[in-house]
Amino acid sequence: MGLYILKRLLAMIPTLLGVAVLIFLLLRVVPGDVVEARYLAQGSQFLSQDLMAQERKKLGLDQPLWKQFTSWMGGLLKLDFGLSMWTGAPITEEIKLRFALSLQLALMASTVATLLAIPLGIIAALKQDTWVDYAVRVFSIAGLAMPSFWLGILMILTMLIFFKWLPPMVFTPLWVNPWENLAQLIWPALAVGYRYSAVGTRMMRSAMLEVLREDYIRTARAKGLWMKLILTRHALKNAILPVLTVISLEFAFLLGGLVVTEQVFNLNGLGMLFVEAISRRDYTLTQALVMLVATTFLLVNFLVDIAYAWLDPRIRYR
Amino acid sequence: MKRLAGILALVSGAALAVWLPAHAQQPRSGGELVFPVPSEPPSYDGHREETFGLIHPIAPFYNTLLRVDPFDKTGTKPVPSIAESWTVSSDGLTYTFKIRSGVKFHDGGDLTARDVKASYDKIIFPPPGVGSTRKGQYVAVASVAAPDATTVVFKLKYPSGSFLAGLASPYNFIYKADILAKDPNWFEKNIMGSGPFTFVEHVKGSHVVGKKNPNYWDKGKPYLDGFRAIFIRDSAAQVAAVRGERAHIQFRGFTPKDRDNLKAALGDKITVQESAWDCNLLVAINHEKKPFDDKRVRRALTLALDRHQASKALSQIAIVKEVAGVQVPGTPFATPSEELNKLAGYWTDIEKSRAEARRLLKEAGVPEGFSFTFTNRGIPMPYEPLGVWLIDQWRRIGLKVEQRVIEPAGYYGVIRKGDAEVFMDFQCGYIVEPDLDMYKFLSTERNPANYGRYKSPVLDELYDKQSRATSAEERKRLVREFERVLLDEEAHYLMTLQWHRIIPHSSKVQGWTVTPSHYLNNTLDTVWLTQ
Amino acid sequence: MPATPQAVEEIGLAAASRDGWLSTVGEFIRRRPLGAVGAGLILIMIVVAATAGFIAPYDPLETDYAAMLAAPNAAHWLGTDAFGRDVLSRMIYGSRTALMVGLGASLLGAVFGSLIGVGSAYFGGRVDLFVQRIMDVFFAFPVIILALAVVSILGTGVGNVILAIATPMVPRCARVVRSSALSVREMPYVDAARASGFGNGRIILRHMLPNVMAPILIMATAFLGEAILLEASLSFLGLGVTEPTAAWGLMLRGAAVEFAETAPWMAIFPGLAISLAVFGFNLFGDSLRDALDPRLRTQ
Repeated sequence: MGLYILKRLLAMIPTLLGVAVLIFLLLRVVPGDVVEARYLAQGSQFLSQDLMAQERKKLGLDQPLWKQFTSWMGGLLKLDFGLSMWTGAPITEEIKLRFALSLQLALMASTVATLLAIPLGIIAALKQDTWVDYAVRVFSIAGLAMPSFWLGILMILTMLIFFKWLPPMVFTPLWVNPWENLAQLIWPALAVGYRYSAVGTRMMRSAMLEVLREDYIRTARAKGLWMKLILTRHALKNAILPVLTVISLEFAFLLGGLVVTEQVFNLNGLGMLFVEAISRRDYTLTQALVMLVATTFLLVNFLVDIAYAWLDPRIRYR
Repeated sequence: MKRLAGILALVSGAALAVWLPAHAQQPRSGGELVFPVPSEPPSYDGHREETFGLIHPIAPFYNTLLRVDPFDKTGTKPVPSIAESWTVSSDGLTYTFKIRSGVKFHDGGDLTARDVKASYDKIIFPPPGVGSTRKGQYVAVASVAAPDATTVVFKLKYPSGSFLAGLASPYNFIYKADILAKDPNWFEKNIMGSGPFTFVEHVKGSHVVGKKNPNYWDKGKPYLDGFRAIFIRDSAAQVAAVRGERAHIQFRGFTPKDRDNLKAALGDKITVQESAWDCNLLVAINHEKKPFDDKRVRRALTLALDRHQASKALSQIAIVKEVAGVQVPGTPFATPSEELNKLAGYWTDIEKSRAEARRLLKEAGVPEGFSFTFTNRGIPMPYEPLGVWLIDQWRRIGLKVEQRVIEPAGYYGVIRKGDAEVFMDFQCGYIVEPDLDMYKFLSTERNPANYGRYKSPVLDELYDKQSRATSAEERKRLVREFERVLLDEEAHYLMTLQWHRIIPHSSKVQGWTVTPSHYLNNTLDTVWLTQ
Repeated sequence: MPATPQAVEEIGLAAASRDGWLSTVGEFIRRRPLGAVGAGLILIMIVVAATAGFIAPYDPLETDYAAMLAAPNAAHWLGTDAFGRDVLSRMIYGSRTALMVGLGASLLGAVFGSLIGVGSAYFGGRVDLFVQRIMDVFFAFPVIILALAVVSILGTGVGNVILAIATPMVPRCARVVRSSALSVREMPYVDAARASGFGNGRIILRHMLPNVMAPILIMATAFLGEAILLEASLSFLGLGVTEPTAAWGLMLRGAAVEFAETAPWMAIFPGLAISLAVFGFNLFGDSLRDALDPRLRTQ
């Protein structure tokens, strides 16, 4: 077991390195840099060329690429993420609050998704090919089909026009004021959770169907209701695992991928930070964000793999 | 008896008539002003930044030497702030300012002429390693001196009509000389000013909070207990904040539809202030790309545009409205419309205008259906609607135009490379002043920010003459000639429409007057809230 | 979820018989009504896109400043937008853009993804490990960030948007196809082909690829829906298709909220169109998966 864990951990390293190289190069291929974004974009009339060159030097942008890369990597190893090129503030400071919001939103959305997916999937499986099954599938796919920003806009407009109420505009951490915090985050959590439940519902349904096919379940049906209930619970236990897997895999993407949702609900989260960082060509911040999301994704994958290996010893010896 | 009652009624009525309005206008102390800001500033240094995202949340912490009169709707009059009064020598080369006494920084230190000199030295003569984005605006200044604690003397190389306006720039925060001496970049990440509000906190990505400065030199002000600037990127969310009565006012501007929605939803609780905006979108033409080096083609491009119709139509859906030349309509140097309508592209008879355009194209050898690419900047308002309009108008003189949109960060990088043929450019000023508004159109050698890549000794000369003109009449004449050469004779740059600033705000907000600039009137010292 | 060659064959055989395809369709509708609904929606979309020139009442680019933001009326069935352009015509032409982007991106993603997935599974060993790592790297980027980055490099416009959307699809397709291909690789006929001396390329293309068509098809249909949504999101952010092209995502941009109260038709119809299109593709893809997975067949 220990060896398996070690192997999986080591496998993460080349991937992370690959991500680092890719984002580093990708950013430098994109036209424009932070100095241009800062001064040219404002339409400065009296800008001088040496001001821009001076700024570039300060940020280390005039160094050869390999040097910039190695100094960044060196910093990462010391857990020093550097300074944002746009504000000059430490990146940990920039990310802290936004990370708290995005993490909480991701957790809440995943919870909503799970709470929707499991019961709906079970019902659809038990009543396969009946109108209940169809209704559940239509409901869950509708969530997938609607553009998330459309749903968000509709929600906010409804709240504003019919209830004359708006969620709080500023983020308060959960431990400071839980009421304000939830009042702001419950709506995007519902919108996003509904969307992501579709995948889980589908998974739950097919996993349940598979287990229900097993012979012992069929015999139980013949034997009567009680038996059926007891054995259905067993079927449930086996079916839930893939669902949880799917939902936890999506979790990492909920961290940095909710760009449009954050814009519509005006959330100060990682998604918006991502977009701003890219549009400002803030290399250091974008790189740090990408590494953060990638690491989270790989870590979650890793944990899920470990869970599976623990449950099914055959996997370890592959 | 009756007569006595009558006289009493008359007298009390008269007294009331005098007393009531005086009382109704009496500013009330207290309350926190909440306003959304569409973008967050990268640093706190006014000498370095160029964005309203800095001014809106940070200007209340500082003072400037002069300021633009906050009650003047044209936003063109410099009035005293830190400087109490000033004198100008008869040759126009020496400006002597008397600095107010009793002004204190938030840490208790006194603000003296030394601090003013240190701040302006940083702006005009920055030491190596220190960035000053606007130093090119003050090339007329030879030196700044502070002979004693209450006097600052500026010596100019030549007389400049716009010098006082330059000193009223909202970006020219007065910093503490002692701090500048130790670390000139300190103010990028820190705030120490003498303004009406003191710094409380800035939560990144979220908000900035300031509270009333009890020792402000302007006794009785500020009226507000404090302010809260909240960073809200999405314009729909900003409108929702005002509509949900969570925010009082947004200082940049809303669209006409936003205004209508707010009015419909909140009725009298919303007051709308509007003004022409000192911003416009320009069609820039790369003179190095054929056939745009031919002035007939450029004139055709401007003749095709029905600006008067667009003014009526587009002002309903976008933040543009006025048909203007190089100066904002309603300001001292603006050309009246009867004269303006004589310039190419401003004719009221659009059929005649377009026929002339087609004739010019034919003469220049441009075939029907000629295709070119219009490069636009990826900003929704008002770049997108204007882009759609331009392409539509050029279609009507037989030109097939494709639009290429580049996102804002990379836009000017691409433009500077010189690849684009015809593209969107913009200009925004903090004060309506020909020196500032016309600088853009000088020869590219002189002003690299002129992306048209042309050389015009005529324009350069006219600019310099008007900048040093001694009488307002002469200056007007020169400005108009500049405008005529720029827009009509050569059509070097095309004006589309002047932006239109719409500020629907809570009726509780008093003491704030709209001006053509969204960089002005943000120190919030004159603002108060009713109820 | 391995798809057996038999399953694919079965459907193919049924289709091959005389008036077979009509009865297959009928059977499909009867057995899987939801899938039929999905297929119907897709068909409508394709027909509309193909006949856009004939059925659209106006030129989608034609502005009419006298009739800006008009409510649905006799002249304009779905009203007009902020420039007086007919919403119905723009929706009709918008289906073309949606299909182009959706089909283009999902085809591109599916083709490249499958080739990589099958190739990786076939060669196995070090090659497999290496390719897997690279796919993992791309996988670790959130979809929209990757698309954003590509658009930032290449610029906006339909062609670049297709590339930008296809990019995150490739690793996802590769992963799924690889697991299917792994089971196919162990099939006896593949060994036989190798023994006979057939080249690697031929084996991959002729023997392995056809047998993993089922998951590829399912992925492609799922991608189509996602591609349309992604295009809408990118256009909403201003990084997708640009004006004055008629595209559903673009029609939602800005207009959606600003005019939502006074001119709701501008936001409702494009949003509805996007939802229905993605809905259709998902329903159809779902039923396709059910049909091709023998374990889920009801007896």
